[in-house]
Order: sequence, then C-alpha cells, then structure tokens
Amino acid sequence: MKRFVKQGFVSGLALSAALIAGAAWAKDDITIAMQLEPPHLDPTSAAAQAIDSVVYVNIFEGLTRFMGDGSIVPALAESWEISEDGTVYTFKLHEGVTFHDGSAMDAEDVKFSLDRARAEDSANAQKALFAGIDSVDVVDPLTVKVTLTEPNGNFLFNMAWGDAVIVAPESIETIKTAPVGTGPYTFGEWVQGDKIVLNRNTGYWGDQPALAQATFKFISDPTAAFAAMMAEDVDVFTGFPAPENLPQFEADPRFQVLVGSTEGETILSTNNKQAPFDNVKVRQAMAHAIDRQAIIDGAMFGYGTPIGTHFAPHNPAYVDLTGNSAYDPDKAKALLAEAGLPDGFETTLHLPPPSYARRGGEIIAAQLAEVGIKAEIINVEWAQWLETVFKGKNFGLTIVSHTEPMDIGIYARPEYYFQYDNPAFQELMTTLNSTTDPDKRTELMQQAQRIISEDYVNGYLFQLAALSVAKAGVQGLWANAPTAATDLSAISWSE
Amino acid sequence: MLRYSLKRALSLTISLAIASLVIFAVIEIAPGDPASFMLGVNAQPDTLAALRTELGLDQSKAERYVSWVTGMLRGDFGTSYTYRTPVSQMIADRLWVSLPLALYALALSTAIALPAGIYAAARRGKPGDLAVMGATQLGVAVPNFWFAMMLVLIFAINLRWFNAGGFAGWDKGLVAGLHSLTLPAIALALPQAAILARVMRSALLDILGEDFMRTARAKGLTRRQALWRHGLRNALIPVLTIIGLQFSFLLAGSIIIEQVFYLPGLGRLVFQAISARDLIVVESVVMLLVFAVITVNFLVDLAYAAVDPRLRSRT
Repeated sequence: MKRFVKQGFVSGLALSAALIAGAAWAKDDITIAMQLEPPHLDPTSAAAQAIDSVVYVNIFEGLTRFMGDGSIVPALAESWEISEDGTVYTFKLHEGVTFHDGSAMDAEDVKFSLDRARAEDSANAQKALFAGIDSVDVVDPLTVKVTLTEPNGNFLFNMAWGDAVIVAPESIETIKTAPVGTGPYTFGEWVQGDKIVLNRNTGYWGDQPALAQATFKFISDPTAAFAAMMAEDVDVFTGFPAPENLPQFEADPRFQVLVGSTEGETILSTNNKQAPFDNVKVRQAMAHAIDRQAIIDGAMFGYGTPIGTHFAPHNPAYVDLTGNSAYDPDKAKALLAEAGLPDGFETTLHLPPPSYARRGGEIIAAQLAEVGIKAEIINVEWAQWLETVFKGKNFGLTIVSHTEPMDIGIYARPEYYFQYDNPAFQELMTTLNSTTDPDKRTELMQQAQRIISEDYVNGYLFQLAALSVAKAGVQGLWANAPTAATDLSAISWSE
Repeated sequence: MLRYSLKRALSLTISLAIASLVIFAVIEIAPGDPASFMLGVNAQPDTLAALRTELGLDQSKAERYVSWVTGMLRGDFGTSYTYRTPVSQMIADRLWVSLPLALYALALSTAIALPAGIYAAARRGKPGDLAVMGATQLGVAVPNFWFAMMLVLIFAINLRWFNAGGFAGWDKGLVAGLHSLTLPAIALALPQAAILARVMRSALLDILGEDFMRTARAKGLTRRQALWRHGLRNALIPVLTIIGLQFSFLLAGSIIIEQVFYLPGLGRLVFQAISARDLIVVESVVMLLVFAVITVNFLVDLAYAAVDPRLRSRT
C-alpha cells in the first residue's frame, strides 16, 4: 500500500511536470488585434495599410523586403547585380520556392507581377514605384532582368513595398478573398467584420516560423481595445488607439508596452499657392507660433518625436532642424507685421478623423489665435478630405500624417496638394533619384531636408509614434513601423 | 378587410419607392469618391479612372439608381466596392449576428419589464412601485453604451466570466454563441426594459380605472384576480406595440453596441462601409432596414385591423 501511494505520488509528479512542460510548448498560436479591418487581401491593388498589416511578409513576399529596423534585405531575390550605369538590375531568385497552391515561383511570375503593376489598366495604388521600369525580361527560370529608363537609387527600396509583392498569375481572380503567395503563412479563413486566420506554411522555402497559427482581430473602438487587452482576450494590440491607457499597461506585470516610431510625419499642411500662405514670411510666422511639445503632450499623451522637416528621425540621414521653427510667439507676431498682416488673418483648418488631427487641431488653432491667426476648424471624413483638400486643393491648412516611407519626393511635385513649387528642390530630387552612392545620397537627402525646412513649406509637428501593447511573454514584435506589417515569423512566446 | 389590406400594401410600396430615392440621393450627394478612398493619396489619374470603370462609377447617377433598384427587385444587392463580395452575402452573414442579438435583447427586456411593470402597478404608490420607477428612470436616462462599458469592466475585466467582446461563431455551438452575445444583449436590453416597464405600468393603471374592472371586483374577484384575468389582457395591446417598435430599433440601432463589443453585425458593417464610402453597401443595408421596419408596421396595421374592426371602416 505504501509503495502504491509512493508510486502514485511519483507518477503524479511526472504528470504535473509533463503538464507544465506541455503548457510551455503548447502555446504556438497568437491573437493579434488591430484597429482597421482590411477591405480585401490584395496588397497590389489598394492603399489600405490594413492589408499590408495582415499579409506583408506573412502571405506575400517581394524581391526585397523591409526588416523591423527599416533596412532592406533580399527576400525572393537571393542576390542581384546592378549594371555600371545603374539601369539594369539582374535578380537571381531563390531556388525551390513554391506558391501556397503548390506551383513553382519562377522568373515568369516576377515578370507577370511587375508587368501587371505597371500596366495601363493597373489598379496599383503606388504605380509610381514602377514608373521607371522600361522592361522586365526572363533570362532563365531563376534569373530576371529589369531594365530602367534611368538610374534609380531607390529601386531596391521600391521593390520592398507591399505593393510590389510577387503574385501567382493563376490566383489573380480570387486574390482579394483567398490570397496565394510564397510566404511563411497561408491564408486560413476570414470571417468578415471579425477575424482573419493565417496558418504556418509547412512547405516554406525559408526557416519555419515559431507560431503555427495567427488570428487577426479587428477592434476599432479605443475603449473596446482597452477592454480586450485587459481581459486578455487578445495577446497583442498593434497600433493601440488609446495612448491615455498606456501607463496602466506599463504598470501591470502581465503586459509590455512597445513605443517606437512610424514613417508618419505629422504636419500642418499649408496651401502654398493660397494667399497669404504664398508669402514665406507668413509660413515662417506660423512655424514660430506653434509649440510642438504642447501638441505632443496634449493630443498624443506625450508620445511622438518633434520634427523640423519632412523626414523620419530614426533614419540615419535625418537632420534635426526643429531649431528653425522654435516656439516664439513674439517673433511670429513680428514676422506677420513684416508680411503686412499685423492683425493676423482668417483661414480654414480641415481636420480628418484621426485623433492626432482632431485633438492636435484644437491646440494648433488656439496657438495660432495667440498671434492673431484665426483658423476655422472644419472636421471632415477621409473621403471628404480626399475630395476637397487633396484633390480639390480647396483649403488653407490641414493636419495629416504622411505615412509613406521616404516620401520627401512629394515636395518635388508642384501639383501635389500643398502646391510647393521650387525648381531647385525638384532638380535636387532628380539628382537624388539617379544617385546610387550611399554617402552621396545621404548628403543630398540632408540638403533636401534643409531646403523645405528653411522654406517653411508646411508646419512640421512630430513623428507619429508606433504604440503596441502585448502580453509579457510575447517576443520579437517590431517596435518601429518602417512599413505597415506584422512580421509573424519574428514573433514567438518566451519559455 | 381585403380592401383595407390592399390600401395598406399600396402605401407600403409607395413608402419603399420614396425611401429608395431618398437613401440613394442622400448617400450619393455626400462628398467623397469611393475609388480615391480605396487607392489613397499616391494614386495616379489613370489608375483611378480604371478602377472607376471597374466599379461602374463612370455611369450617370440615374443609370446607377435604376440598376440598383431593379437589381434589388431581383434579390441582387450588387457587389461591395471595397470587399468585392456580393452585398446580399455580406448582409446574410451579418444578420446571423444582428438578428439573434436583437431577439436575445428583446427577450431579456420583455422578461425584465413585464413583471416589473405589473409589480409596480399592483403596488401603486407603495415603496415597491417607487423603487421600480426610480430604477426605470435611471434606465431610460443612461445610454446603453455606458451600460456596455460598465458590464465589460465588471464581468469581463474583473470577474472574467465573459470575453470583453467579439463573437464566438455559431459553429462553436449555441451555448458559446449565446454566451458571447450575453453582455451586448444585456446592455441593449436594459434601457429598452426600462421604457417597456413604464409603459406596462401605466397601461395597467389605465385599465384598473375602467368600469369593467370595477364590475369584475363587484362580481367578487379579488383585486389580484381582477388584475390577472381582465386587466392584463387589455393592457398588453399598447405594450405589444412598443415591443414591435423596439424590435426595429434593436435591429437597426445596435451600431454603437456592436462597436463597443466588436461584433461582426449589420451595425458594424454600416459603420465600416460609411467611412470607406462603400456606397452600395450603405444604400442596400439602409434600404433593407427600412424595408424591415415598414413591413413590421404593415403587419402590425393588419393585426390591429383583425383585432379591432373599427379600424377597417376608419381608413
């Protein structure tokens, strides 16, 4: 009897040990919440970032890809050679890569994908990425040659975008609802309005990811986001919409909070063609009237990095030019007087829905009023903003976060909605595009940052922070958001 | 009766036709182009034009209205601009959440309100009545999303009895499905129950003052017997009217509750579609809800006429 009890005790111990160990290795799925649901799952025919947040480098891969630190590394292309004059890129593709439907991924698919994106009737939202491509030629099944009309120092960067991923020709019909890619995860199911499930691709050409399954949940309401995380219904919330609640998560040992940077330069966009904004003195006056830190504290609960130009502070080529537009209301008033507007003027301030704009706008309007500029606040939905402000250019001021990576080039487009027309800057951008030497590029990019900062084209406010909340055991999450992505392969649970 | 029904049916058809025009006009007039919303700020003009042709947005408004209405008559609600799936399919999927939620909330609100209303009427002026009336006053005044947040705080975050939101799916079983709809149903039901309890109470009190109630008492029935046998049946007519109205409200009005509990229902679909300028989805869902409300009213009208012959001659 005694022996029996002892044995029972021992086997009980063994059992509980097995249970504990089991719990440690059993956790190989994850539930990730985000605010917006993708409209569909084709990253090559829509601008919605929510699509990339689900599919980029999980389901679909491109020739190159972004890493969490913003660097560009080879993906489906194993290596490449660039011709002397910088116009011919010869990509060597990885061997043995298959799409999720089992068919082989080869040079023909690359040609198809790039030609589809740049075609006349293409629905690609970033068609400009492919504008410089003259021809795409298949050399052999694993080699593809891309010829550019002129050298483009950004070409490998452009190919890393979610809009440039390689798709299977036979899957185009159903790509929006049943995407087929080459990535480490396959599409599982989509319950619209609720969740998308991805499963590990056991036939993946690269390393097998740690997680077997990932579920994306879509929770748009900030209060609901807080509750879902607190009740531990979800494991991770990327792009957490309630910054006011972050200290509570930071204080709770069950959770971790990740504060990083996005590519979103949040700016007070100014209609440079509209009087009185066509006068640089007026724009300069506004720049000095704005107290950035008050906006970051008041509208973003302290999350955000002040910027003095249109460039991401985490980029090595960034120059801190916030000094050009330091908060100085007296100087602002003096500048307005110099511009012939000692009593200020009236204008409009269009605010799209995000809180950086709505909350930030109230503060900016108050700060501008201090120096005599009366900005009438007009709240608009995104569709309306696109129509009146972006397309119609019928606005004085607006607040918007420009989230495309490396988008300083928009200042070289005089027809772009803030209508900055500076031939010297345009020439600089042309030179930059055709320059491939990294040091030379850095120098040119810094020069560009200085020009727009000193021209006070727009009011440069802050870099939008990337805020995520996760359970304490989750590791490998991207803190920064160099592009919209949730890199599942990098994520695992700690022991 | 037949003539009355035909008249009602004609007025139903006219209402629907007018509703379809108003819905289409109001939604189409609001600024914002669905194609530029989908393609974002870097879209090139030729890309936008290609997408507009694909979506049929290059047709004139009149053409689009006619094809929308004729499509609906055939049961075809069109294809969503953003999701690219048939709208009828999307509505059917969402109804599997919204309809059970509305019925669940209605059942809860009725189960709470009727006994509470009867209890209060039977104890008119006594502390029990005052307590019920006080509670319903609060229930009417407090918005349902506040109840929702309190319920989540207590039962999901602190007690962990429920998830903070989301829908388990009917494929996980009836119990799991109902479990995930319980908090939203309670949040929706409480304010409705408060209104209904007040209606129940006042309807019953009105009846209690009627002559036939006095006769019933004179015949020797106790106060309670008279109330149950003669009072309740007559008081139910206004209560049923309110229940009918509440059902329409619960089906169409759960947008906020569906946001708070992130449920994949009709309300959330409309909400997402409006911000994405997915016009065809907004138009079709709103039209469907109008159709549901008008049809319910039509059936209620017919039911009244069946019960009360005086109504037939009046119209």
